[in-house]
Order: sequence, then structure tokens, then C-alpha cells
Amino acid sequence: MNPRRKKRLLITSALVVGLSLSVGLVLFALQQNIDLFYTPSEIINGKNETGVKPVIGQRLRIGGMVLNGSVKRDPESLQVSFDLIDNGGGIVTVYFDGILPDLFREGQGIVAQGELLTATEINAFEVLAKHDEEYMPPEVAKALEGMDHLKKNKK
Amino acid sequence: MWKWLHPYAKPEKSYQLAGKFLPWFIVLTVVTFVVGLVWGLLFAPADYQQGDSFRIIYIHVPAAMMAMAAYSTMAIAAFVALVWQIRLAEMNVAAIAPIGAVFTFIALVTGAAWGKPMWGAWWVWDARLTSELILLFVYLGIIALHNAFSDKVLAGRAASILTLVGVINLPIIHYSVVWWNTLHQGATIMKFDKPSMPPEMLWPLVIMIVGFGAFLGVLTLMRFRNEILARESHRPWVTAMVTEKLAGEK
Amino acid sequence: MAFDSISDFFAMGGYGFYVWLSYGLTFFALAVLIINTLSKKNKIMKVVEHRLSREQRIKKAQNREGTL
Repeated sequence: MNPRRKKRLLITSALVVGLSLSVGLVLFALQQNIDLFYTPSEIINGKNETGVKPVIGQRLRIGGMVLNGSVKRDPESLQVSFDLIDNGGGIVTVYFDGILPDLFREGQGIVAQGELLTATEINAFEVLAKHDEEYMPPEVAKALEGMDHLKKNKK
Repeated sequence: MWKWLHPYAKPEKSYQLAGKFLPWFIVLTVVTFVVGLVWGLLFAPADYQQGDSFRIIYIHVPAAMMAMAAYSTMAIAAFVALVWQIRLAEMNVAAIAPIGAVFTFIALVTGAAWGKPMWGAWWVWDARLTSELILLFVYLGIIALHNAFSDKVLAGRAASILTLVGVINLPIIHYSVVWWNTLHQGATIMKFDKPSMPPEMLWPLVIMIVGFGAFLGVLTLMRFRNEILARESHRPWVTAMVTEKLAGEK
Repeated sequence: MAFDSISDFFAMGGYGFYVWLSYGLTFFALAVLIINTLSKKNKIMKVVEHRLSREQRIKKAQNREGTL
């Protein structure tokens, strides 16, 4: 093989291998994410599809809505705890030591990552806020308050 | 039926035609950018939850959308280039790839600067963000592949093939928020339902999307002309054009 | 108008850093793209001009040789 062709072959195969490797890795990572993602009810009752329950001490991700009136902040430190709920009726308490995102508030959907302490308690090292696709000015939001419009798209 | 198109398949004619469109696209870009930015930054109301940070939407969404639109255009050109062996289509692929890469980069960077205050993290390995990052890598791969060959015919063919392979990523990006449990929220305007945004917020966004589209047009035309010039630089029409230009300067 | 004063506008309700960072990086990236595109065209034109002037010089030289 002449050197030019060799170089070309090398670059092309490196690109193909690199791209497929990254796509494979990403799919693998996403699958892991999905496997380790629980809702509060799933932590208590086991995964909907497989019935797998998380083990105490396991690292997992939990997604749910912050229960109204459940946020307790320690006045001395950044320590905070709150309850997460979902429409399956499960309640899980999350402990977190750090700065919460600006969108964090009661009734907001959040995703936390951490370790299962007891069957219904999680020590989180990361709390992320999720928001929906609806945007509106504050006055409109105020006028709509009390109507279920805001919650329409929440799962 | 295709006869009227034939003259434009000549590089010289395409070069001139692209030059004719260019000023219109420039005007459209400038007007939409000025109107869209002033409206979006100064007059659109703040969001009820995100406050003024939501104004990042006016560049984030248009850049992300046009990054994907650029890829679709590039994929069509790549297909034409491979099937009908039209060199101009290959040049189009080479012209668009860097623009798409920059738009994708903008979408990622503005997304990070928006995610930090709102979600609480610059970056999350979420399906939407990850597939968008792959789009950037695909763009960079196409550019690298195109530059790796000294033989321009082979370079164009290789880049076209990679472009077509990368098309698989487009539906993944769009539906990532539906198929996976992502932190990124669902679609606000690109859906069959009515947009989840009031008109006073939506209008500047639509204008900015048109603006980024026009900007994509401007850059594509300019880079397309560059590609033609570079490959035809020994042809008499280029020589004649340069001679005329030099005579005009004297 | 959504803001009362210029300083309000720059503060962006406390999100100034993130908003202006996004807009700044966006326009920086777009400017780089424009400059790159224009300089590419310039480079190509320069190469052609260079070739043309060389060809002319060669022609001239040949003509002179013919007259000698």
C-alpha cells in the first residue's frame, strides 16, 4: 500500500471507530442512567417494569416533586432536607448539603443524585431542578394560579 | 424538466447566482437580529419562574435549531453529491460543516450558561445534551475528514458518506427529550400542539430563528463561493474576474 | 420596556453574568466565523493575483527575449 492510501485508511478507520465508540459509550451511559433512575414510589415498591428495589447504600438518581411545606433548612449551615413525592403516592426524604439551584422551590420537579440511607431516605450530593416547557410572564402566572393549567404537562 | 437548472450546475453561474442572493440575506440577517435582540432583551417580559435568565432562549433555541437545519441541508447535498456526482453539491457540504459546528457550539455553551443558574449544573450527561455534543463531534469529524485528503474528489466523497451516516443523530436529538428521562424539558414550539409560550415572548424568538436562518444563508453562500473559487482558481473565468478587479483598483 | 434603568438591564435580575456570558460567547463565535470566511476569500484571491502577475512577468520576459 502506498503511504498516502495508508494515511487515508488510518484516518478513516480512526474516525469510524471513534464515532461508533462514543455513540456506544453514550448509549451505555444513558442505559445506566435509566436503570439507576427511580421515582419515590419505585424506591418503596420496586421498579415498575422489573420490580427491582434499590439496596441501602446504593448510588441512585431520584426524580420527583418537592412536597409543599416539607423543606427544612438548617439556619446555621447549608444543610437542607425535603420530601419528594410522585403520583404513585410514595414519599422519600432527601438530605442535601450545598447550594440549591435557583429553580428549586416547593412544588417543583427535581432530580437528585445520592446514596440510599434507609428505605425512604437519601443523602444527596447533587440536586438539579427540572422545569417544564412552559414560559409565561409573572402576571399571567399569577392570574392562572389555582387553576390546574400549570401542572398540565407534569408527569 | 431539469434543463433550466443545467446552467446553474456550472460553477461560474452558481458563483454569480450566489452573489446575487447574498445582499438580500445580509439585509434580512441585520434587520432580524436588531429587531429580535432589542425585542427579546428589552421588551419581552421576564419568565414567571426563571426571571431574566430565560432571555438566553433568544440565542440558544435559534442556534440549536439552525445547527440541525444546517445538518439537514448538508445531508441533502451529500446525498445529491453521492448519487448524481455533482461537484457543486460536494462543495456545499464543505461550505456548511464549519457553520454547523459553530452553531452547535453556541447551542452547547449558551445551554451550559443557562443550566448553571437554573438546573444547578453547567453540564449533565442527559440524552439531549449528549446527543447535541455528538452532533458537534460529527461536524468536527466531517471537517477533519475533508481536510485529511489532498485529493479533493475523494475528500468530498468521504465527507459526504460521513454526513449521511451522521443523519441518524438528528431524530435522536429531537426525540431525546421524549424517549429518555431527561433534565432538559420538552419542546416549546416544535410540536403539534400550540406553543407553550405567550405571543409577546414567542414573537422575538420566531424573529431570532429567522435571523439565525438568514445568517446561516449568508455564511453558506459566502463559503460556497469560496469553495468554488478555490477549486476553479485556474479556470479562465476566475482569471478574467481577478484581472478585471485588478484593473478596477488601478 | 421590561427594565426601569440601564443598570437594571445589565443586571438582568441577578442573572447578568450568565446572560451576558451567553450573548458574548455567541457573538464572539459568530464574529470568528465571519472573519474566517472573509480571510479565506482574500487568501484565494491573493493566490490568483500572485499567479497572474507572475505569468505576466514571464510573458514580458519572453517578449524581450524575442526582440533581442
